[in-house]
Amino acid sequence: MRNWLLPEHIEDILPPEARRVERLRTTLLELFRVHGYELVIPPLLEYLESLLTGTGHDLDLRTFKLVDQLSGRMMGLRADITPQVARIDAHLLNREGVSRLCYAGSVSHTRPRGINATREPLQIGAEIYGHAGIESDLEIRQLMLSSLRACGIRDARLDLGHVAVFRALCRRVGVGADLEAQLHEALEAKDTPRLDVLSSDLDSVTRKALRELPGLYGDASVLDRARSVLPRHPEILAALDDLALLSQDNGLPVSIDLADLRGYHYHSGVVLSAYAPGTANAVALGGRYDEVGKAFGRARPATGFSMDLRDLVQVAAPVRESQGIRAPYTQDPDLEAQIERLRSTGEVVVVELPGHEGSGTAGCDRELELVDGKWQLRRLVVERA
Amino acid sequence: MITLALSKGRIFDETAPLLEQAGIRALENPETSRKLIIGTSDNEVRLIIVRASDTPTYVQYGAADLGIAGKDVLLEHGGEGLYQPLDLHIAACRMMVAAPQGFDYARAVQQGARLRVATKYVQTAREHFGAKGVHVDLIRLYGSMELAPLVGLADAIVDLVSTGATLRANNLVAVEEILPVSARLIVNQAALKLKRGAIQPLLDAFSKAVDSNG
Repeated sequence: MRNWLLPEHIEDILPPEARRVERLRTTLLELFRVHGYELVIPPLLEYLESLLTGTGHDLDLRTFKLVDQLSGRMMGLRADITPQVARIDAHLLNREGVSRLCYAGSVSHTRPRGINATREPLQIGAEIYGHAGIESDLEIRQLMLSSLRACGIRDARLDLGHVAVFRALCRRVGVGADLEAQLHEALEAKDTPRLDVLSSDLDSVTRKALRELPGLYGDASVLDRARSVLPRHPEILAALDDLALLSQDNGLPVSIDLADLRGYHYHSGVVLSAYAPGTANAVALGGRYDEVGKAFGRARPATGFSMDLRDLVQVAAPVRESQGIRAPYTQDPDLEAQIERLRSTGEVVVVELPGHEGSGTAGCDRELELVDGKWQLRRLVVERA
Repeated sequence: MITLALSKGRIFDETAPLLEQAGIRALENPETSRKLIIGTSDNEVRLIIVRASDTPTYVQYGAADLGIAGKDVLLEHGGEGLYQPLDLHIAACRMMVAAPQGFDYARAVQQGARLRVATKYVQTAREHFGAKGVHVDLIRLYGSMELAPLVGLADAIVDLVSTGATLRANNLVAVEEILPVSARLIVNQAALKLKRGAIQPLLDAFSKAVDSNG
């Protein structure tokens, strides 16, 4: 019996790392707070309909489900907090105008999202509702970059896409939902041979444009290329203008990929992702999703981003935290006062328990010692083997 | 440093000329060398020699930036985390359903029928028969599929056919083509974003080589 084993892709976060995760969480929530984002804490589970409304099949398959013993209805364990926050904005706050919300919590996935991925990401993110212009996308981009900086991530790169380009191409010529889904899949894999086969019955303008999309990635010069090879539909031109604005003034390398359609099912505009050296998956993902609120009865423009704290902690710059102080077990009021004083300045003071001197104090590099009737700090000699 | 994963045998043999056209020559022959990491004439490119069915896995996990894998292998793998931008038109063959001579395949696959199929390509077979509305019991084998119908293990097999000689030798006939198969250039998605400067010229060179052979 190995009943201490955890299921695949589920793991504990152990002491030194758990502390780093918590530090990142508080740093980021504080950053969001000073930018005017209000914290919400949605429930871990809720009725499936509200959890999955307007999000697409992908999220449905990724959601753990159970029957509510009270109502007999199907409930889901959230696989993404964003739709919950959209629901809160649409129905509970019911504000006119702009609202800025942020959140942090764990989500569960039936199957891991990527290679080596966990099935229980710690999602943290920020969203703006009620503004449809590029300015809110720019604010989200800025907040995303500030977040990466706050985590001490250098050498990140920003990848931009826009789902409106592909969507406009399909909708203009009335491509059916089935074919659109297949084209989408082929585009995501940059599978040009398959695109050729799938688009063989479409008109030549659309066919040529679809054929170009997988190659339209690279630095900002992609936008000029896109302007010359894609049809000049107003939606497409507007999308390219948005991308041009977003690709400026980042202070970090930017790449553009017009065939990057991650989250196509609920995104409706720009798609942002940030990559850090040393990770295969994006460390931050975001974009515009104006249509999710519609499913909750109130169409609200929305844009935002989220990150997984478990991923972030792998690439965040290590922070040196001061180590603890060991104190002996005595009833001396002087010692107690001294400990109280040290703790109030943020120092970790661990009091030894009688009969177990020297154990449970592994993280300490100093101790309190009585010298000439006064409690003083003394550096510990390293005893670890 | 760019790492290209490929399998020895047909894929390596038919990729070598394409690499050569891109100005890259393997420093050793994997058939004779036992090394699994092989340098090339380009200091920034190395080859790793893997089992054909493992190529997508190496590329998906980023252990290799690029790979060359048959469409058959990619379909089984699912393609998650991969770009598949280029059909290299090499190592061409066909994925076929084959059955013993005299087996009434058309009757056996009427809608709602049930068929026992032995194959190495479980995903592909499941997808193919699912689309036809035929129930299948799939028997996963790792080789010598042709034997299965002969000894009563299965009614039919799904396998790659290039010349058809093995089928003929065992009194089997190809009864249906599932899809034509050839090798694809695959790319790790993150690598294309993070190392585009190094990877893009290689992609362009492959693309040019394929066109000129075309």
